[in-house]
Amino acid sequence: MSFFEGNKMTAGYGNGPDIINSCTIKVDRGEIVAILGPNGAGKSTAMKAMLGLLNLKSGSVVIDGQEISKLSPQDRVKKGISFVPQTKNVFAELTVRENLEVGAFLREDDVNKVIEEIYNLFPILKEKSSQVVGQLSGGQRQQVALGRALMIKPSILMLDEPTAGVSPIVMDELFQHIIKVKETNVGIIMVEQNAKQALSISNRGYVLVTGENKFEGSGDELLNDPEVRRSFLGG
Amino acid sequence: MELLNALILLLNYTIVPAITYGSQLALGAIFVTLIYGVLRFANFATGDMMSFGTMFAVLLTYYFQSIGIGLGILPTALLTIPFAIIAMILYMLFIDNFVFKYYRVKKSAPVQLAMVSVGVMFVTQAIIRIIIGPFDRRFLDGEKFILKASEFKEMTGLNEGLTIKSTQAITVVVTIILVSILFWFLNKTKTGTSMRAYSDNEDLALLSGIDPKRVVMITWIIAGFLATVGGVLYGLDKSYKPFVYFNNMLPIFAAAIVGGIGNPFGAFLGGYVIAFAEIFVTYAYKKFFTYLLPESLEPDSLVQLLSTDYKFAVSFSILVIVLLFRPSGIFEGKKI
Amino acid sequence: MRKYLNIITAYSIMMILIILVGIFQSWSIALSILNYCLISAVMTMGANIQWGYAGLINFGIMGYTALGGLAVVLVSVAPVPEAWSAGGFNMITSLILILGIVLIVNYILKKYKNLKYKNYLIALVIVFGIILIRVVASPGIEAIEAVNPAKTGFLGGLGMPILFSWIVGGLFAAGLAFLVGKIALGLRADYLAIATLLIAEIVVSIIKHEDWLARGVKNVIGLKRPVPYEINLQTSPWFINLVEKLNQGKLNLISSVSEKKDILNQLVIDASSVYVKLCMTGLFLTVVIILLILTQKALYSPWGRKMRAIRDNEEAAGAMGKNVVKEHLLIFILGSAIVGLAGAMMVTNDGLFTPGSYRPMRYTFVIWVMVIVGGTGNNFGAILGGFAVWFLWVEAGPIALFLINFFTAHLDEANALKVHLIESAPYFRFLMIGVGLLVIMRYRPKGLIPEKINTKKI
Repeated sequence: MSFFEGNKMTAGYGNGPDIINSCTIKVDRGEIVAILGPNGAGKSTAMKAMLGLLNLKSGSVVIDGQEISKLSPQDRVKKGISFVPQTKNVFAELTVRENLEVGAFLREDDVNKVIEEIYNLFPILKEKSSQVVGQLSGGQRQQVALGRALMIKPSILMLDEPTAGVSPIVMDELFQHIIKVKETNVGIIMVEQNAKQALSISNRGYVLVTGENKFEGSGDELLNDPEVRRSFLGG
Repeated sequence: MELLNALILLLNYTIVPAITYGSQLALGAIFVTLIYGVLRFANFATGDMMSFGTMFAVLLTYYFQSIGIGLGILPTALLTIPFAIIAMILYMLFIDNFVFKYYRVKKSAPVQLAMVSVGVMFVTQAIIRIIIGPFDRRFLDGEKFILKASEFKEMTGLNEGLTIKSTQAITVVVTIILVSILFWFLNKTKTGTSMRAYSDNEDLALLSGIDPKRVVMITWIIAGFLATVGGVLYGLDKSYKPFVYFNNMLPIFAAAIVGGIGNPFGAFLGGYVIAFAEIFVTYAYKKFFTYLLPESLEPDSLVQLLSTDYKFAVSFSILVIVLLFRPSGIFEGKKI
Repeated sequence: MRKYLNIITAYSIMMILIILVGIFQSWSIALSILNYCLISAVMTMGANIQWGYAGLINFGIMGYTALGGLAVVLVSVAPVPEAWSAGGFNMITSLILILGIVLIVNYILKKYKNLKYKNYLIALVIVFGIILIRVVASPGIEAIEAVNPAKTGFLGGLGMPILFSWIVGGLFAAGLAFLVGKIALGLRADYLAIATLLIAEIVVSIIKHEDWLARGVKNVIGLKRPVPYEINLQTSPWFINLVEKLNQGKLNLISSVSEKKDILNQLVIDASSVYVKLCMTGLFLTVVIILLILTQKALYSPWGRKMRAIRDNEEAAGAMGKNVVKEHLLIFILGSAIVGLAGAMMVTNDGLFTPGSYRPMRYTFVIWVMVIVGGTGNNFGAILGGFAVWFLWVEAGPIALFLINFFTAHLDEANALKVHLIESAPYFRFLMIGVGLLVIMRYRPKGLIPEKINTKKI
């Protein structure tokens, strides 16, 4: 039994066809799990289903032994599940500090302490704290997005393609930040296109094909599995 | 001395009226821009909503006058504003609940909401005309002038007088107070930040636990303040006529777009841009140049760029130019 | 047949309503309403082409209507030679100046594309040009407006047949639409709505305040007519005979000769007004039918399909190589031209041009209610919308009065509320139109007769 589990989830958008089919994703605290697969495999959908952005037709989502399949996304956020969407994941017209403050709206206690912690994690944000996020670089924006998601002190952090559209150098930097976050005892699920790099920092990985679990295993196992290599890692 | 006379002339006939008119437009423009930013549609009922709030102020002013309540040298209408604001907010929330909410929940296209607001415009206009009629009404009482032209001439010994009407002073003071509170609220309070966050990125705001119902309600409440106060100030300064209020929607829209729609501070400045442009372009500078130029060079025409008939046309032309060259408005920077 | 059933039903109901007005009020009123319904239908078809076929919001209907009306004055009114000799030269010089400015601006735009101060240069040319034009034009304007100001005070028109002005009205509107389209069509939908609304205001304020052009708010009255005048009919023997024949039965009942003559006179007067309106109806109906045939043909042509493809998914259509911008401009011009035609028809029907009456409420928003109520994208719906909403607009007052009297019947005649309500009866039309619009948008968002494009095989 893992800390956060999506068990045998089946779901689709509206009345459309099922995008994911009996798909299972599990993550523990202090662990990075990568969800990989070809385009249209339902990676993001699986993640959104776990957050409650679309309703399950069957299956369940469980955190810390507690069933949350029926909760709204907001209520799941309150349970400690934070989400960074792929696009539009910051408030571009607000300052860095305001972004962090909004991220903590669900918290009752003093946010200044948490903001200091985030600043320690991402020093650049402290430097730019009163700048409007829209004026920051792509990598800095992603840090704001991470910081905002961490403001509720989540136990689970879900990242939808955090490195999409950033340069390789920034990507490495971001992965380093993600590892730092993991070390604060947060469980991380991320959907990634850059499979090799993602697996290299992940404890485990899932490969989805047409909405179903195809392979799973530790990062090294998947990296060395010839079939996975051939099909998804480009040889 | 001549230079001073010329400056006073300009101050009296262009700058003071423009600041006043600009303040009135600014309040309306912030109203438009807030609705656009948070609720995401162009509200064609803007002018009539302002008219609706003002109607209550006018009726209450008459009532207060009839029972002998007043503010002395200040207009009685100031006393009625809080009640009018409450009526306005209730009406807006009522309309939102029974009309706009349905389309918001359905996530209809902004165009559809704009069209719905046309329906609201018709209904509001009908209610206003049925209750108070279409006539021109003045409801200003109390002291009319703070500074009269004759007094000013006596004081300074200049040829040109400077008149400051009490409504002009009230407009500017009230606008400054209201707008300062508004910007403090938007930028420094948690609720204000959540409004800006919602306007900026709705999905992320929802994930951050911002309650959309509350944001919408607060937006209408602020809108109620802006619409009523803006409307009453305009009515005090000029007069209250429903048709004029409907038409005022046009320069107000122009101000909001010039300022970058969705950006309250831009809308605020946009109000003054439109007002100054309208008045400066249509003012006849003949006398001004008579003061400044030697006799031989004095102009014989009015030295007027456009006749005052084209007051509105000026602001609309500015709008068209802005839309052509900078559709995002001339004031960049932080939006709501 | 079945799919046309609701169209037929709706139109029958509309006709019955108009006939009821004829029976209970008068045939002259009924025909006036019918004529205005037909004019509204043309306007609605114009707006519907833009909105229904292409999803373009044009809140500038008012401007195009007014331009159409202006065309009637400029085409049909006899020229005023005194005015031409007084200020014609100045005005023509000004016109040449305007053309010059346009050419210079164009030249700058083409030749100095990369110049940093291009925009400032253009602004300078325009401001300088306006000052120059004012210097040239103002003595001319003054002279023209001084020529018999009570009657003319303007340049007059070309003195051509009035029907010709309908085409010119369309062309005027098309010209304006070309300019507006070039400026504003790239804007987001709601910006376009606001921009077109404001541009229409500019157009109307020019027509209102340039007295030398069409007398501005002093109005032009006594325009020519494409149909006979009542007064001529009343003295034509054939018409009197016709009326006598039609009313034979009624007239035979009266014995006194003088009384018979009086009644016949009255009947002739009534009939002449009805006859004139019927002639107008005939003309308008011809226009509506021609437009209907053309627009239906267009709707089901490959071009119509292309337009709908663009409307429903602009990006996809653009990606498939359709020139979205060009098509939008074309449809914007076409729709506006139809509105201009309607504006000319309206002024012809009224026989007078009153620039002061062009207000956005009546000439933009009510027309839009017609489009939405009728059914976007469907020409039959558009025409029905024009009919139904115009009918409501006219008859709302009487209906409101009836309802007020009905509900306050128990109140005293002098009751303040009752008196106030009765005085306010005319404003209930806004209420009815507004509530009607809101109800239709909520419960029948596709309008009374929805677009039924898929049911017909192409």
